[in-house]
Amino acid sequence: MEVTTKSMPYEAFKDNEYIESLVKELQESGTNVIVGSLDKLINWGRSNSIWPLTFATSCCGIEFVSLGAARFDMARFGWEVARSSPRQADFMMVAGTIVNRMVPVFRRLYDQLAEPKYVIACGSCAISGGPFRKSYHVAKGIEDIVPVDVFVPGCPPRPEAMIYGIMQLSRKIKVERFFGGVNRKQKQEEFLAAHPVPGVND
Amino acid sequence: MQDLSFITAWIDQLFRGVMPGWAATTIECLLVGVGLLLVYSLLALFYIYYERKLCAAFQCRLGPNRVGPWGLLQSFADMFKMLIKEIIHLDHIDRFLFALAPYLVIIASMLAFAVLPWGNGLQVLNFNIGIFFLLAVSSIGVLGILLAGWSSNNKFTLIGSLRSGAQMVSYELSIGLSIITMVCLAGTMSVEGIVTEQSDLWFIFKGHIPAIIAFVIYMIAGTAETNRGPFDLPEAESELTAGYHTEYSGIHFGFFYLAEYLNLFIVSGVAALMFFGGWMPLHIPGFDGFNHIMDYIPSVVWFLGKCFVLSFIIIQFKWTFPRLRIDQLLSLEWKYLLPINLVNLVLMVLIIVFNLHF
Amino acid sequence: MAYSTDKITKLFPQATIEGDNIPVVTIANAQWHDLAKTLRDDADLKMDYLVTIVGMDWTTNLGCIYYLMSTTYDKIIGVKVLAEGDREQPYIQSVADLWAVATLYEREVYDFFGIIFIDNPDMRRLFLSIDWKGYPLRKDYDEDPALNPISTESERQSDFTDVYVMGADGKIQKKEERIFGKDEFVVNIGPQHPATHGVLRFRTSVDGETIKKIDVYMGYIHRGVEKLCESLMYPQTLHYMDRLDYFSAHNYHHALCMLIEKAAGIEISRRAQAIRVLMDELSRIASHCLFIGTYCMDLGATTMLFYTLRVREQILDIMEKTCGARMTFNYDCIGGVMQDLAPDFVEDVKALLATLPTNLKEYDEIFTGNVIARNRLEGVGYLSREDAISYAVTGPSGRASGWACDMRKLQPYSIYPELDFEEVIATEGDSMARYKCRLKEIEQSAKIIEQLIDNIPDGEYCVKVPKMLKLPVGSWFQVTEGCRGAFGLYLESDGSTKPYRLKIAPPCLPLAAVVDPITRGTKIADLITIGGSMDYIVPDIDR
Repeated sequence: MEVTTKSMPYEAFKDNEYIESLVKELQESGTNVIVGSLDKLINWGRSNSIWPLTFATSCCGIEFVSLGAARFDMARFGWEVARSSPRQADFMMVAGTIVNRMVPVFRRLYDQLAEPKYVIACGSCAISGGPFRKSYHVAKGIEDIVPVDVFVPGCPPRPEAMIYGIMQLSRKIKVERFFGGVNRKQKQEEFLAAHPVPGVND
Repeated sequence: MQDLSFITAWIDQLFRGVMPGWAATTIECLLVGVGLLLVYSLLALFYIYYERKLCAAFQCRLGPNRVGPWGLLQSFADMFKMLIKEIIHLDHIDRFLFALAPYLVIIASMLAFAVLPWGNGLQVLNFNIGIFFLLAVSSIGVLGILLAGWSSNNKFTLIGSLRSGAQMVSYELSIGLSIITMVCLAGTMSVEGIVTEQSDLWFIFKGHIPAIIAFVIYMIAGTAETNRGPFDLPEAESELTAGYHTEYSGIHFGFFYLAEYLNLFIVSGVAALMFFGGWMPLHIPGFDGFNHIMDYIPSVVWFLGKCFVLSFIIIQFKWTFPRLRIDQLLSLEWKYLLPINLVNLVLMVLIIVFNLHF
Repeated sequence: MAYSTDKITKLFPQATIEGDNIPVVTIANAQWHDLAKTLRDDADLKMDYLVTIVGMDWTTNLGCIYYLMSTTYDKIIGVKVLAEGDREQPYIQSVADLWAVATLYEREVYDFFGIIFIDNPDMRRLFLSIDWKGYPLRKDYDEDPALNPISTESERQSDFTDVYVMGADGKIQKKEERIFGKDEFVVNIGPQHPATHGVLRFRTSVDGETIKKIDVYMGYIHRGVEKLCESLMYPQTLHYMDRLDYFSAHNYHHALCMLIEKAAGIEISRRAQAIRVLMDELSRIASHCLFIGTYCMDLGATTMLFYTLRVREQILDIMEKTCGARMTFNYDCIGGVMQDLAPDFVEDVKALLATLPTNLKEYDEIFTGNVIARNRLEGVGYLSREDAISYAVTGPSGRASGWACDMRKLQPYSIYPELDFEEVIATEGDSMARYKCRLKEIEQSAKIIEQLIDNIPDGEYCVKVPKMLKLPVGSWFQVTEGCRGAFGLYLESDGSTKPYRLKIAPPCLPLAAVVDPITRGTKIADLITIGGSMDYIVPDIDR
């Protein structure tokens, strides 16, 4: 099985070891014909329709705006339906620094996203704290707060890098299982169990 | 003009030949219902694609072009995703009303959908007060929006739904009055009657000045009625995040989303019916050859074509104009549109009485 | 400058005055409020614009340096006030009754240094959460993350604010006052909200659609840049300037480079200066273009954003060819600029200048003349000249209220005095004026670029500067013009390779502060109009 995305040839896109290992895992566990093709249909829908949440804290957010503009036009891929309400969005582009005061808000936004939900850590601030890592008021990467699916490095990443990042997310969704089996959902649940929010019975 | 009712009549005869009358009626109702649902959802999906492509064109972009040929399957992918997306269950809400609201909205638009004249002989509901029925059912939608905003237990949705209530109640007047103006000209409320009345000339030409005024008012009020920009206050993104449907997720949100686009179609459909002859081809008195050629284009194409063109205008409104403020919105209706409309109605009556129309 | 200091020494013999370029008056806390009143009201001084309050920790004692500016005489003066009391509870008399913006500036100092301002009506923390332990900009602040852990638990929320008053017995008394009444309908707008331009948060008390009061919460992107700078060498501190107001990255870079060069006594070549000014003005055009786009999008006219971003992309291309980045350029450096201009820079800029007028005309046709836009903008959010000065609203927003506050004219720096350009001033003071001011500033920036583009002087683009740059002991202050207003920088050096204190006085903080008074009594939709027309950048507010 080759995981391609958005009519791009597999050769142009086979550099993601993580997804290759996921595919291998999938093939080893085997699959039922009917459930498998249903999965394919569902994953086709999901991977081709990933709507972002309007969420930006700093510089990367402006590059995200550029991504929507005529030059880079993320509408080509169907990502332009940015929803302001987390209930209707599919993924969160964490564009910018997350500081201590923002952490509870950010985590709540993540909890409010409806399943299936994905997170892209965009820019060095979201990945590790970036140039502000040594500050007293900056979270050192969002990995400790929410499970992250794709990291897009850069300060800020170029819009092309963001497109690439979201395409990788789209590929990742393609190897998901809706009906049982190996699943990234399992890992997500483990993460959330390990990082509970005090005062919220999730 | 080819009458398409022979198809329905043939199906009816087929059923009645093999089963008792009541069974045939039931099955026909079911078939019509399923067909309507199918057309409804397909049309909504097409409209989503249509708007996305159009706004991309306005904004010098390409729009969806990766999923399927020319991106045609984009809205199908969106719908698949939305169908299986989690429906979040919230605490501290009115669960019954919360679940009921999206269905009210979608049922209202579906009922209005049934009245539209699809083609010569292709009409689901045809009775002598068709237009009245359409106005009545389309106002159920506001109830759904009000309930959605109230039951979500969220301040943004509450403000959004109250805005929507004020807006819909006000603009219903304009819609009603401009339609009444045209009903005066037609002399009937039956949808079929209105279409046949326009067999020689469309009402927008027949009623000249008052008809054009009524058409402009109808388009403004219709845009407001569908909660679209520049009247999208109930879901003003930059003010109320997502307005009355902030708390809805999954297919419940999908219903609101579909209904929004379908209402756009219905508003343009009614405009096509009232002003541009429904499915009636363009006929000009005296040009028989021309009229004959026009008749060769199927009536369904005429109707859909008119709808798409009118929707294009409404979509262009949305992507060009900034949003109004709530007080400006209401003063536009009560201070300008309503008085103009009333005068226009009198004008139309005078024109009919003195037989000044074409 | 002599006349003003003479008058101060005459009225306040206890005050000491030092410094030549910008005089700094040192005064005791007891006389501070009287001096402040004199400075503001005296006909010969008229220091009616409070540029910034620099909180200081000299380890032995805490204090503040107030920088004031006269809008009549264009002179800057600094006033140094040492805090009374011990390090547990240092205090200074508040001047919030004289300058409206002081309320917020004093909150900021309290947040960072723990200095209490007596009689300030709102003495809460500004950027940090209510339960934060310690005052981060003090030199003895304990940065142990265990003290202030990152928590996913929602922060404590209070409807009360503290007011400190001086009791009759000379002891400070703390009083609690309500911000919102018990029955008020308070809508929380932000931090994640499409129209707050980032992570600003407004708690808005509404009556139906009418706004009664707004309480602004900041700090959702407070990254502690000032503290970080204290642990970095001078050339290293520069790159943070890119990430404050990321639209005026060049301007802020330019400002800090200039300040360090002034302190170190470095002369830079004319070529470097011309390049810096060119880049400043290009980024001003890009910034205003984006403002117009996002502003129209906030008002519902989404399509404008795409038209304005077209120009911005063109400018970003020009910058990318020379600087190698689209947003965080890090181009200006101490002694000049990092690299020479790209070979086709002149050609590209000329192509931009050629298309700019047609684009501006298009914006006018689509939006400015639109009847809905005019109804939404005209007369909404009126800000008088007095209020603009009192709230320190600078930049295009201040100039729209009739206050000539362009620092390129008032405090001329670099080669601006030699250039011919007009300061765009409007008198209407409403949102439409603020919008139009920015449109016209684009034309003025283009005019500056036109003058420079054909005569970029030859020479070296960067002079040699020691890698381990040491500044002499002393303090420097300077105000320059960012894209959004007056950008103040205060630098204090103890003679080492790192700054002892680098205070950034951003233009956007007052812009956000003024939203509350001018939105009262307007509709919720007007909050978006007014907030958008102020054009604040949240990372610039929070630093």
